[in-house]
Amino acid sequence: MPVTTIAGHEVHVDDEGFMTEYNEWDDEIGTALAGNIGLELTEDHWTTIKFLRDDYADQGTTATLRRVSTVGGIPTKQLFTLFPKKPAKKMAYVSGLPKPVGCV
Amino acid sequence: MTATTSEATSVVPDFGDESGGDRKIAFICSKGNLDMAYPALIMANGALGEGIETHLFFTFWGMDMINKKTVDHLEFTMLGNTAMHMPGKSGHMWQGLGGMPGMTKYATKMMKEQIAGVDVPEVGEFLTMLHDMGAQLWACQMSVDMMGLSKDDMIDEVEDIINVTTFMELSEDAQIIFV
Repeated sequence: MPVTTIAGHEVHVDDEGFMTEYNEWDDEIGTALAGNIGLELTEDHWTTIKFLRDDYADQGTTATLRRVSTVGGIPTKQLFTLFPKKPAKKMAYVSGLPKPVGCV
Repeated sequence: MTATTSEATSVVPDFGDESGGDRKIAFICSKGNLDMAYPALIMANGALGEGIETHLFFTFWGMDMINKKTVDHLEFTMLGNTAMHMPGKSGHMWQGLGGMPGMTKYATKMMKEQIAGVDVPEVGEFLTMLHDMGAQLWACQMSVDMMGLSKDDMIDEVEDIINVTTFMELSEDAQIIFV
């Protein structure tokens, strides 16, 4: 696992750049990760990130788009606006979580 | 265990934002059985999640997937399915069993429970979700004419009724998957 520096913190990432250690993430890192992919985080982004982080802590896997919508209450359409094109992967990246593995 | 790559700046995943993302995929849905409705829906969901332009073209029995009257009543029959066995069991079931009264209803109920068990929505809800994600749904002109249907018979998510030529035009450069 490579170690890289994000927002002045050393963090573990996988080969693609997704963080691998849940506890190494904080808001500052989240902001920096978002910046890496051209996103400026709004309150709605943070609501999504917070759901993903809490849900991961609870479930042990990254929520799929459907779960973020049905359990997290954030409409799918909005997720495509907040994290354009590949919302599931982008949300996971910014939230410091692995890519979701569920199909739906 | 960890190799420090201090020289590496940050590794950023490639989300394909720069490479244009011109991939396009079109599914032809031609079946109205419950079990055959799902493959295209699940793959379309995956495609949309990858930022791929996605179209679904409904034809023949696939019209039942977008017909308001039938979308919530698709059924699964074990008849003609030699792979049929009880969940978790390997022994194939006697085909004749599928012809007994009530078997299709029972098999449908069981399959619906299994699908719900993996948190996959029913067909109608799934189509709404795909539409929200940006999928475009099209109905086949010939099937509409043949079955005496109109746009009003279809779920709201259907964009339009189109003929094969139009489908060929809109699916130019797309990968086409027939289900």
